[in-house]
Amino acid sequence: MVEAEVLVIGGGATGAGVARDAAMRGFSTVLVDRDDLAMGTTGRFHGLLHSGGRYAVKDPPSAAECMEENRALRRIAADAIEDTGGLFVSTPWDDPAYPDLFHSGCIEAGIPVEILSTAEILRREPRLNPRISGGFAVPDGAIDAWKTVWGCALSAKEYGATILNYHRITAVHRSDGVVTGATAVNAISGEEVAISAGFVVNASGVWAGDVANLAGCEGVTVLPGKGIMIAMSHRLVHTVVNRCKKPADGDILVPIRTVSVIGTTDTEADGPDDVAIPQDEIQLLLEEGEKLVPGFRRARALRVWAGSRPLVKDDKADDADTREMSRAFALIDHKERDGVEHFLTITGGKFTTFRKMAEVTVDRMCEHLGTARSCTTAEEALPDSGHHRFYWLGARLARREETLNDDQLICECELISRRRLESAMEQRHTQNLDDIRRTLRLAMGPCQGGFCIYRATGILHSVERLDYSAANSALLRFLQERWKGVRPILYGDQLRQARLDDWIFQGLLDVEHLT
Amino acid sequence: MSMIDDLIEPLEEDTIRGSLDHCIKCTICETYCPFANATPLFPGPKYVGPQAERFRDGGDHSPDMSLDYCSGCGICTQVCPQGVKIAEINSKARAKLWDERGIPLRNKILARPTLGGRLATPFAGPVNWALGNRLVRGLIERVAGVHRKAPLPRFAGRTFQSWARHHPSPLTDKTVVYFHGCSTNYFEPRLGEMAVAVLEHNGFRVIVPRQDCCGLPLQSNGSFDAARKYVRRLAGALAPYARRGHPIVATSTSCSLMLKREAREILDVTDPEVEEVGRQTYDICEFLLDLHDRGELEVDFDPLPMAVPYHAPCQQRGHGMGKPALDLFGLIPELRIEEIDVDCCGIAGTYGLKKEKYDISMSVGDRLFKTIEKLEPEVAACDSETCRWQITHGSGVVSVHPIELLYRSYGL
Ligand SMILES: Cc1cc2nc3c(=O)[nH]c(=O)nc-3n(C[C@H](O)[C@H](O)[C@H](O)COP(=O)(O)OP(=O)(O)OC[C@H]3O[C@@H](n4cnc5c(N)ncnc54)[C@H](O)[C@@H]3O)c2cc1C
Repeated sequence: MVEAEVLVIGGGATGAGVARDAAMRGFSTVLVDRDDLAMGTTGRFHGLLHSGGRYAVKDPPSAAECMEENRALRRIAADAIEDTGGLFVSTPWDDPAYPDLFHSGCIEAGIPVEILSTAEILRREPRLNPRISGGFAVPDGAIDAWKTVWGCALSAKEYGATILNYHRITAVHRSDGVVTGATAVNAISGEEVAISAGFVVNASGVWAGDVANLAGCEGVTVLPGKGIMIAMSHRLVHTVVNRCKKPADGDILVPIRTVSVIGTTDTEADGPDDVAIPQDEIQLLLEEGEKLVPGFRRARALRVWAGSRPLVKDDKADDADTREMSRAFALIDHKERDGVEHFLTITGGKFTTFRKMAEVTVDRMCEHLGTARSCTTAEEALPDSGHHRFYWLGARLARREETLNDDQLICECELISRRRLESAMEQRHTQNLDDIRRTLRLAMGPCQGGFCIYRATGILHSVERLDYSAANSALLRFLQERWKGVRPILYGDQLRQARLDDWIFQGLLDVEHLT
Repeated sequence: MSMIDDLIEPLEEDTIRGSLDHCIKCTICETYCPFANATPLFPGPKYVGPQAERFRDGGDHSPDMSLDYCSGCGICTQVCPQGVKIAEINSKARAKLWDERGIPLRNKILARPTLGGRLATPFAGPVNWALGNRLVRGLIERVAGVHRKAPLPRFAGRTFQSWARHHPSPLTDKTVVYFHGCSTNYFEPRLGEMAVAVLEHNGFRVIVPRQDCCGLPLQSNGSFDAARKYVRRLAGALAPYARRGHPIVATSTSCSLMLKREAREILDVTDPEVEEVGRQTYDICEFLLDLHDRGELEVDFDPLPMAVPYHAPCQQRGHGMGKPALDLFGLIPELRIEEIDVDCCGIAGTYGLKKEKYDISMSVGDRLFKTIEKLEPEVAACDSETCRWQITHGSGVVSVHPIELLYRSYGL
């Protein structure tokens, strides 16, 4: 039995943000996710810390909100952010009337915008298509989802919150129209956990309709708008590059850590768990990439994945319900909507605006609980970001340089040393190598685990004192998960890599028949 | 889609960085790297090349000094089965490193052989004495970071250019241009004379234009801008001949590689002059073997009854021409050549001269030196000058350019 004042369902950016905010305002809080944290849409997003430029023409209030939150996240989450800056460039395929609209839109939304000549753009990003004609610089950035979400979760923990990852909510309890808690099932052990909570926030993203149903609030429809992204094996650009045109498919290239990610697309998914990759969308992204960076289609693609945007279609909601929220996200007050008290649903929005969404949600909760407590999440930095220095691509190379000869290198692509790996394993205390991957970016480089993951399995075996069959299955499970993202883009260099990896794992280790 | 009709080629310089995409981490480069195997200070070509490159953001902050322990020998690129331009990636990253940190005085001096040559030639006697003096060398090591034991060449006291100016080459209908390089000019003018004699013996008129350094030592010491200036100037001096269709023949494998490839591939010099000169440039053994293949080489070789160990320098691989000296040796009766199967002698241009790298360089060359020593030959042969000095230093055996053996066998 877990007792708390607030239960937050969903450990994506939104839920982690709500949990942190509630905990910082002094509520005892429990955060629950069916998987590990940030494995839903948050762990599958594009990595762009929006300046708002993308919405400057279509949706200025949303653009302004992005810019405001961009500033806030730079203050509190520096360690998760790379200050890459962003460019909006016009290629020959883009509407020549758009740049003027863009420029005035940015100014209206308060986005600092600088007009750049073609020569200056090519000086900054020499790989871009030389046929572009001018563009703009805006303060876009790249942001690491896992660092941010875990940063929020650890901060919440410092304020007394409990984090229950790998716990699926299977029932939401009500008594006389008031929500009182929920039942969670431990996804690893199968054990049931009863959670008693005076207030429940449903922050379960594309699954928010399902969770609302558990509380008997029917009819919240969240349409999953699926988009795919492809990670290229190194940074083709060092600045976020957007096409200066009406937002469409494949028009943003985001340099994040050691890769650059092209995205994205938007089609309605077959339900919230659908992450299948349509082949035609891969082709589309590669062709759009070619327009930005000549040679793109011949460059090495590492991996493709899909995530779904939660788009709320709620017939019951009227304008009055949305007074406090921007058009960009949906805060559903179930007291007003369904007569169910102490239950809010927060979904939609963007990663960039999660903090704001959390603030608005917790404000509303305070209103319901009749208490006034102010929000400080925009000022207090996350645990690893107190230094206010943005993350820098060379950081791992610099760190490695200091320990070259006294620490073994395990993951060669992402420069992860043995000591770093062991301490992450000790902290996470998991049998799942994928948890370690998200913590350290283990196996996320060009060889996709080909050379590090058997080493990491051996180390996990000793750190967790696994028996050999548990270690073998951890390895196999990891490989099978990786394969899903590699298979759809098997061509060129990555195909060669996959062959070599296959010889190692099937040929040498016969990994599918290890017992 | 319309765009596909007129694809734009990616940037030329980008094909080098972009080649990191081909790395499948097979580690063949690391097993072949003579330096990674000799010192833990160098994390290896795969590490500093395709791996570390992903962490370089083009900004002005290179954190990995260990990169400087790459000698630039180029073996990694040659052995890579996937076509990753490892050595080239490393050279560029190293240049950037020094660009940010400032190039040490020592590297600036070592990188300008013409300057040293011009200043020291008139005072060769005292300079050579000083460079052979242990106290002076100790001082140089402390002040300038050149290792006290490192094999510095001796100044000849005269230049090859002054000899060439007074040497009338017979007028024939076949002309070659001789690119002698700095070391022949200041340190080994005899080699230049022998090369000219061998070419003339084969019926060529040999033109020796005024010429300056090719910029290679500057490049390998990280001064790319200065190196570009030098290679352009050299190409300017040689281009008129190239345009007339005259082959440009060189006795220095590394300097001719600069003209053939490195100016373009590493320094990004795309001038048409450099291109023209590069296309017409030949290593001298490569040139003679081509003649032989066409049946045009004089084969009036006298027997040389001796056993000679031969070391093919690592930069020679960059030429993609095999080991032409070996084929030429095969034409000399009674000459027994023992090819030593060691990739690198350790000197790598000016690398092994440096205080902090001398020991590494000697340990890289160790097996080569020992093998040569054991054979107790009269001379050893090697195409590259700095390698010859290193071999002589490490094994005590005088080492000569292959041309010298041809010269002797021709009885010139
Ligand atoms: C393709 C794509 C690209 C994007 N790119 C960007 C971008 O570049 N920049 C940006 O700012 N935004 C971007 N977004 C938007 C952004 O990713 C999302 O708005 C944001 O991540 C949503 O976070 P969330 O926490 O609301 O949802 P999620 O991250 O999906 O979190 C919901 C969580 O609820 C959990 N859950 C579900 N059911 C249960 C249950 N029964 N019990 C317990 N837990 C449950 C899930 O496991 C999940 O972890 C992108 C979205 C997509 C689809």
